[in-house]
Amino acid sequence: MGRAGQAAAITMEDRLKMEPILDIRNLEAGVDNRAILKGINLTILPGEVHAIMGPNGSGKSTLASLLAGREGYQVTQGSVTYLGQDLLALSPEERARAGVFLAFQYPVEIPGVNSTYFLKAALNEVRKHRGLPEVDAIEFLSLVKDRIRLLELNEDLLKRAVNVGFSGGEKKRNEIFQMAVLEPTLAVLDETDSGLDIDALRVVANGVNQLRRPDRSALVITHYQRLLNHIVPDRVHVLMDGRIVRSGGKELALELEDRGYDWIVPTEPVAA
Amino acid sequence: MDANDSPPARLGRFVEPFASVAEVAASDGEPHWMLGIRKAGLARFAEQGLPTLRHEDWRFTNLAPIEALPFRPLPRPQARAVSVADLDRLSLAGMSGLRLVFVDGHFAPELSRIEAVEDKVQVRGLSQTLRADGAWLEQQLACWHEGQDRAFRALNDAYCTDGIVLHVSAGVAVAEPIHALFLSSGIEPGLASHPRNVLVAEANSRVMVIEQYASLGGAATFTNTLTQLVVGEGAQVEHVRFQDEGPEAFHMGALRAVVAGSAQLAAHSFALGARLSRQNIGLTLAGPGLEAILNGLYVTTEKRLADHHMVVDHAQPHCASHEYFNGILSGQSRGVFHGRILVRPDAQKTDAKQTNKNLLLSNSASVNTKPQLEIYADDVKCSHGATIGQLNPESVFYLRTRGLPVETARRMLIHAFAGEIIDRVQCGPVRQALDRLVWDRLERDAQVRLDAAAPHS
Repeated sequence: MGRAGQAAAITMEDRLKMEPILDIRNLEAGVDNRAILKGINLTILPGEVHAIMGPNGSGKSTLASLLAGREGYQVTQGSVTYLGQDLLALSPEERARAGVFLAFQYPVEIPGVNSTYFLKAALNEVRKHRGLPEVDAIEFLSLVKDRIRLLELNEDLLKRAVNVGFSGGEKKRNEIFQMAVLEPTLAVLDETDSGLDIDALRVVANGVNQLRRPDRSALVITHYQRLLNHIVPDRVHVLMDGRIVRSGGKELALELEDRGYDWIVPTEPVAA
Repeated sequence: MDANDSPPARLGRFVEPFASVAEVAASDGEPHWMLGIRKAGLARFAEQGLPTLRHEDWRFTNLAPIEALPFRPLPRPQARAVSVADLDRLSLAGMSGLRLVFVDGHFAPELSRIEAVEDKVQVRGLSQTLRADGAWLEQQLACWHEGQDRAFRALNDAYCTDGIVLHVSAGVAVAEPIHALFLSSGIEPGLASHPRNVLVAEANSRVMVIEQYASLGGAATFTNTLTQLVVGEGAQVEHVRFQDEGPEAFHMGALRAVVAGSAQLAAHSFALGARLSRQNIGLTLAGPGLEAILNGLYVTTEKRLADHHMVVDHAQPHCASHEYFNGILSGQSRGVFHGRILVRPDAQKTDAKQTNKNLLLSNSASVNTKPQLEIYADDVKCSHGATIGQLNPESVFYLRTRGLPVETARRMLIHAFAGEIIDRVQCGPVRQALDRLVWDRLERDAQVRLDAAAPHS
């Protein structure tokens, strides 16, 4: 499978030896017989951060939803392989336990479900899957306090119901906070930057960067380039009308910021 | 309304046992005036019979199954004793403090704990009070007008045998909740009990009362309970009615409260059991500047029905009344909610709010809800609303994307919905006990749903 650009530190030879974290091949999917994704190819290797940019309606959020397992989409063609297994065959909770995390574009308010209780239950599900014992209360508290500082959130939120009464920025930071606690192998950030002011953006980006490891990857979906100043991607892909029409290094994002999307004329699908 | 029906033929079974019940009561030393109340009640009942679906207040709750049931009030307690071990199996068994246990409508002193009554607090059974403090009780029983539950009130007048009588003197704060447990032995269909509870909290007193209704056996029994509550000026009263009778039981409950100025009343109704249950709640806000909360949760499964019907009468200015009722319905069960807030011309600055939210967990469950405001004052803040919905799929998905199994996610959300109501119970131990109980019940019901239907994901 060819690539349109060259990733910096890793040679082509290294790449071929690595098992991808995520491998999307010729993915076609839609809702109610309406095609949205029209043949996506995308391979993310361990340690890589990929960015997907594109105009509204190009299919960015559909891709994120599909990866997380949201109901209501039909996959008509292609495959999604996560660490060697068929991701699409797994339920949302199985994906989460296997290490896939979606930071929601619109985090859901869940009145009456306490944040700490919820997060502890979630962490224990993930740990159970990894063959680890449940965390005890003290361990858990010290972990969440550490991570909550990373996101510069008020500890008070742990006592509140999930996302209830949170500001827009707090909700987004709370997503990354959850991610920092659950330590996923593949983080999918769906427009995490939307609605964030520049300070919050920096905090969120810092949180994501702190979690970067050679064995973890991220797919950052964004409308704007500015997030990518802070979370520097290895690869940038442009999604238009359900296809990746261009891929490149981080400089591609700058070019998009400069020139918009109009100069890219979707022609033949490009292998990513 | 049902002039064409012939009451005696249709209602004979409700009239027949009267002679023996009245005779036994009188021979046990009941004051003569009580017989007058009983007879008058019986006459009123015979005149009207049970309400039918043609009555506006009973449109959605069909009482025909009660009419079809044998009617067996027990003049005397049954010989078969309920043991303390039986009680330990019930929820709320671990509560400390005073406990009055009634079995099939009769006080069971051997199962009760009433030794440690505080000074200036009277806690007794109705039957005992009739004999010991008849004049006071006669006054209390006399001062109640009728509501939409008049048939059941009449029946209760005729057949009440016992109940909790509580009198808290002015300024006294009762430390621990007082627990009244009404048990149906449930060994015979049609066993009927008519608890009559009289609760009086005088000015600036403070007390919490829990009425718990439960069944030991599974027969189709009939409970018709009526609680009269007087909340004195500045008093703080918390009242819980926790109806958890057996799956074949019929439960008619009424709470009639008159609340004086500056008082605070929180009245909670939890309806978790019975095949058919109805709570009639009538609240008269009789003095200025008081706060009343009516708070309720009904959880129904299979083919059961839970009905809440309430009238809040704002007769005085500067009062706040808030009603919050949540229903969780699965199977083919039904919920009925009717809340009426009446704001009289003098009740300026009324702050009245009414919310009824329903969660339907199956396609065949249903709810009839009717929040109603009737306002005759012009400077008031009133709102009402009702919702009927399902679990938000986006919330379920959100929890699943964090690794929680779909059933856990659903239960968490259902529990949270119930928690909105449970959290309003002010007394910590009671709140925690109810929370555990509702959670256990949801777990069990979830199991029922899983067993009954193909797994859903």
